[in-house]
Amino acid sequence: MADCVIETRGLRKQFGEKTAVSDLTLSVRRGEVFGFLGPNGGGKTTSIKMLLGLVKPTSGEAQVLSAPLGDIKARGKIGFLPEHFRFHDWLTGREFLGFHGRLYHMESNPLAARIEELLARVDLMDAADRKMHEYSKGMLQRIGLAQALLNEPELLFLDEPTSGLDPLGRLLVRDIIKELRAQGTAVFLNSHLLGEVEISCDRVAFVKKGRVVREMAFHEQKDRVDVELKLGPITSEILAGLSAFGGKPLLHNGHVRLQVSGEDKLPEIACWLVNRGVKVYQLGATRKSLETVFLEIMGEDERPG
Amino acid sequence: MRGLLTIAHLTVHEARRRKILLAMLILGLAFLSLFATGFHFINKSLEAEKKMPPQQRRFVLSNAVLAGFYAVNFLMIMTAVLTPVDTVSGEIDSGVIQTLATKPIHRSEILLGKWLGFFIVLLMYLTLMIGGILLVVRIIGKFVPPNVGTGVSLMLLEGTLLLTLSIAGGTRLSTITNGVMVFGLYGLAFIGGWMEQIGTLVGNSTTRYIGILASLVVPSESLWQLAAYHMQPPLMRDLHLTPFSPASVPSHFMVIWAAAYTAVALGIALWQFQKRNL
Repeated sequence: MADCVIETRGLRKQFGEKTAVSDLTLSVRRGEVFGFLGPNGGGKTTSIKMLLGLVKPTSGEAQVLSAPLGDIKARGKIGFLPEHFRFHDWLTGREFLGFHGRLYHMESNPLAARIEELLARVDLMDAADRKMHEYSKGMLQRIGLAQALLNEPELLFLDEPTSGLDPLGRLLVRDIIKELRAQGTAVFLNSHLLGEVEISCDRVAFVKKGRVVREMAFHEQKDRVDVELKLGPITSEILAGLSAFGGKPLLHNGHVRLQVSGEDKLPEIACWLVNRGVKVYQLGATRKSLETVFLEIMGEDERPG
Repeated sequence: MRGLLTIAHLTVHEARRRKILLAMLILGLAFLSLFATGFHFINKSLEAEKKMPPQQRRFVLSNAVLAGFYAVNFLMIMTAVLTPVDTVSGEIDSGVIQTLATKPIHRSEILLGKWLGFFIVLLMYLTLMIGGILLVVRIIGKFVPPNVGTGVSLMLLEGTLLLTLSIAGGTRLSTITNGVMVFGLYGLAFIGGWMEQIGTLVGNSTTRYIGILASLVVPSESLWQLAAYHMQPPLMRDLHLTPFSPASVPSHFMVIWAAAYTAVALGIALWQFQKRNL
């Protein structure tokens, strides 16, 4: 597919006896913000490293920006902020960006301009000429983010980009992701901060034990509402009628449960029931948070990593 | 190629920024001051001996210069092994390598860039120390040792070989293990070299061959002995007047062997680094 920036099929990585990633099959479309979710130790970082050519897969197929993994040309269009954001901290922030810009083969004039622009964007203008070993964790992460944006990438990998940041820093990252999406840059966001993902992503994949167990388009899921009704009487005719509003209704402890596609269905349901002379004792609606979905998918057996 | 030069620049810049170059300069100047003081007094007492034949004076000065070169050789070995010992393994462990290796450059450019950077640092160090010694003995004693060009080239090859081993080890081993391994190999070559000399002097060919074998495993000490052989007056080396006059002169084959050895070690390093998970 030409509109995909990442496509993998059965990507697997084995370290000796240990399987880090068992079967990674996913696709990321051009310009979308893709959340990669899973517990610690679930193979998220190894997956990112394979996509970036840092780790060689044991088996499977993959293409990033329509090129094989680790392709030099494709790497020129990729940005990456690693998880532990350890850099050559004896450099100043500005020197660091300069060296990395040269590694992207950028010419010195446009590079200098781009560095100024990014320093301002990540709010490090004041600290630009200080050595990075004096930087706080949040500052290191922000300079790392600037480094990942030097080449105006088509695809940006962020591995836990907000884990070291205070609320203002998180907001900055969120805004930058929003800007990138508007510019058509695809973002592969690896995170276990569900709130972050919920706000930023278009689509998410849940990984468990190195396997994508579920992919979902986020906006669809976000609008879904679980409805619980206490009615009297409940007939099969009523149940059949309710199914027209959404999913199949289920009977549970004298309550009817069903899932509908949005909140606007609620008054319609109430109206339909009253018109049929059904007594409505209770009509409750809950929206599933990403956290609930996450816990459902990961299941009981998943212990804190 | 541009990536390689950027990494080399980064490497030299690191040595400067982390004050490695400054420490080399200060301690190098301290070394040269000490050497100059000693050499001055030796020269002065030789000049006081009016009856001493010029040949004998030359021997004594030559011995002092070779002692200086010998110390520089040892310091250069330490520099060659220690400066790059954690450059690959350390950056892999800390994750620093990840932002480099995901840039549009080949992994070989990272490794060769580092190698070139440390080679430049080594060259600067050797230039300072050997240049300093030559300047001191020329000014104080008006003395110029023979074949310095050949000798220093052999020392540089020796340093390059150990530097390459240190970088190659880092692509596979942890920093400490790598340091222990390279110095261990150097130790083998060192004792092997002395066994070869002593074996030759006492006429025991078994000991001599053991020494040559050790030199084939790591040819560093042979290169120093060949360098010392060239940088002393012919009569002095023929008479084995000093510990720097080899009884068994390493053959020129050893130079080719050392160069090939370095090239192969670099090739293995590139291959290891290429396939390594970062």
